[in-house]
Amino acid sequence: MPSLCRECLTEFDTAPRCPSCGSPRVVAHPELFDLTIAHMDCDAFYASVEKHDNPSLEGKPVIIGGGRRGVVSTACYVARIRGVRSAMPMFQALKLCPDAVIIKPRMDAYVDASRAIRALMEELTPAIEPLSLDEAFMDLSGTTRLHGAPPAVMLARLIKRMRTELGLTGSIGLSHNKFLAKVASDLEKPHGFSVIGKGDTDAFLRDKPVRLIWGIGPAAQASLEKAGIRTFSDLLRWEQTDLVARFGSMGDRLWHLARGQDKRRVSRNAPMKSISNETTFGEDTNDPDILDGHLWRMAEKVSDRAKAKGLAGRVVTLKLKRRDHSSLTRRLSLRDPAQLADTVYRVARGLFDQVGDEGPYRLLGCGLSDLCSADQADASGDLLDPDAHKRGQAERAADAIRDRFGHDAIMKGRALR
Amino acid sequence: MKISVERGVLLKAVAQAQSVVERRNTIPILANVLIEAEGSDVTFRATDLDIEVVDKAPAQVERAGATTVSATTLHEIVRKLPDGALVSLTADSAAGRLTVEAGRSNFSLATLPKEDFPVMASSEYASNFSVPAPKLRRLFDKSKFAISTEETRYYLNGVYMHIADGDEGRALRCVATDGHRLARIDSELPEGAADMAGVIVPRKTVGELRKLLDDDEMQIAVSVSETKVRFATPDITLTSKVIDGTFPDYTRVIPAGNTRKMEVDASDFAKAVDRVATVSSERSRAVKLQLDEDRLILSVNAPDSGAAEEELAVAYADEKLEIGFNAKYLLEIASQVDRENAVFLFNSSGDPTLMREGNDLSAVYVVMPMRV
Repeated sequence: MPSLCRECLTEFDTAPRCPSCGSPRVVAHPELFDLTIAHMDCDAFYASVEKHDNPSLEGKPVIIGGGRRGVVSTACYVARIRGVRSAMPMFQALKLCPDAVIIKPRMDAYVDASRAIRALMEELTPAIEPLSLDEAFMDLSGTTRLHGAPPAVMLARLIKRMRTELGLTGSIGLSHNKFLAKVASDLEKPHGFSVIGKGDTDAFLRDKPVRLIWGIGPAAQASLEKAGIRTFSDLLRWEQTDLVARFGSMGDRLWHLARGQDKRRVSRNAPMKSISNETTFGEDTNDPDILDGHLWRMAEKVSDRAKAKGLAGRVVTLKLKRRDHSSLTRRLSLRDPAQLADTVYRVARGLFDQVGDEGPYRLLGCGLSDLCSADQADASGDLLDPDAHKRGQAERAADAIRDRFGHDAIMKGRALR
Repeated sequence: MKISVERGVLLKAVAQAQSVVERRNTIPILANVLIEAEGSDVTFRATDLDIEVVDKAPAQVERAGATTVSATTLHEIVRKLPDGALVSLTADSAAGRLTVEAGRSNFSLATLPKEDFPVMASSEYASNFSVPAPKLRRLFDKSKFAISTEETRYYLNGVYMHIADGDEGRALRCVATDGHRLARIDSELPEGAADMAGVIVPRKTVGELRKLLDDDEMQIAVSVSETKVRFATPDITLTSKVIDGTFPDYTRVIPAGNTRKMEVDASDFAKAVDRVATVSSERSRAVKLQLDEDRLILSVNAPDSGAAEEELAVAYADEKLEIGFNAKYLLEIASQVDRENAVFLFNSSGDPTLMREGNDLSAVYVVMPMRV
């Protein structure tokens, strides 16, 4: 069976250890050198960056997250052994792991590290689709002659370079489509290299639960379970038309995924579907002034990002989380796509005023979706709000000032609440 | 209860009742119509808790009484019965059934007790007056297209009916707007209406009211309180809650200083707008109007799908102007014109435009332009 040593990148035929360097870190698969779609996922990315930048953290449990109140954003593997997980409330993480070193996220450092990884990936293929700072799909089809080595070898080399040059480890999933590549990268974390070939796709999926599918969360799981669908083999029993009739477009996707089929391409610039920002407060609040300040800042962040990308959105969403973590969302479709912070804020504020819930809340967020190009944005005014045009012009003028003198050069009083 | 009613009479009464009933209902009794027979009349009462319709019809009452039954089922049955049939309704309260018989057809329907049926609390109406059906029809028909569907501004989800100073003195006025267009329709002040408090008549009520106004020369009795409005013909009474909110001050929205005047045949204009808008499939299609001396060029430019242009002869003597509008809004206001030419009064390409029919100031429309 085609095999590859992940340490010295020697290719050989079936052996428990590398015949060249003797390492046991061998990956073997009948289709190893034929598969081209990969998913790379860094291991405990934020924590690894911190450990690399500060060697004294080596061997210590490290948790990245905001304040006592926030949630764990990343836990290093030492902390994970103690039971700390991502998205766990910080107080709970500290109970499990009182000696953990808590570090506030340093996004700039992570963005830099992510860029460095991206540069290494660019050497492999131009077809890269980043999903976040620390994971990306790569399509290495047709690169074998260019590199003089099959994708598997290049990927192993990428991981090796990430470790030696950047001090970061990652896991690779290699398969024949995006769905399976992503599933594979998660199989042997950390520092894994997993392969799902065309020949073993059906056997691999058969008894796996459907929650393996990206995008099938608890709600979708519950509705599938009502239909008696828990595993992929349950899905295989359904006719395509029945799945579509019951679950809509998701049904069609499920039918194909159940057969290990996923036609989505690795696309460099996946079109953005929504822009949103949210913030968890230092302490729960139902103070209308404080909430209003948060709402404005979130609207402004969303608008800034929309402006930077030249986008506008037709749907404004407001999200609130209550003390018990239950969340509440409200949305409104606009007649004209909006880009201005003023519009996003006013719509979200209108939604907020109609929530009819006392709070207190722990989180507030707002977002824009149903995106389109910005040249259609805010095209028609509101008869009942004749000042909107002036406020829009004021906002554009303020943006010009910020571009020149920095982001904090001018701001609304509301932003200080 | 045991009554016999002619099918046509029954159909009309039940149809009005079932249209008020909400299709999706969580409270079973609200899906029902309350049937009450007494003397030589039968009344059908239906409600969605915001609107109540009471419809009276002549009937042969053999045994007085009352019951409630599914409004849609009864309506469907009566609709499918042959024309001219005599329909008998017999309630068996012990069995909880209503038997519907006509010719050889026999139906047995489940009933709910009449005591469970919510009857809208009666209220004191401060203003009572009557308006001929055609006048009321004009007031609401010409304004309802501008009613907003946006729930955050719930006070725009209806027609604001009030008394105002019109062009020819005090008038009964209906205004609706969704922030993009506005309609302001006046009618002469009916006797007894002068002190009427302004009310916002909800969209659904406007739709239900329209069904009452088919009969041409009928007088409609209108009663208004702060929380309710009632429209009544001799047979049908429609009572509705009004929207609890303040209608914005629309007067400052209506431009007074627009001087650039364009006069155009409304139907030619609407057809041309409709034609050029065909090339764009966007939700908010913008039509560009280019005005020069006695000439109007309508154009749509949709980069993804195509472009269209059409020229129209108009009366226009002011300086050149370029202005854009949402095609749908332009079509809607142009189609309000039914007698004379449409007169558009523009200011600049960023300001609201006014439209009226000839020199008739009793119906005025405002539309917001769009950047093109």
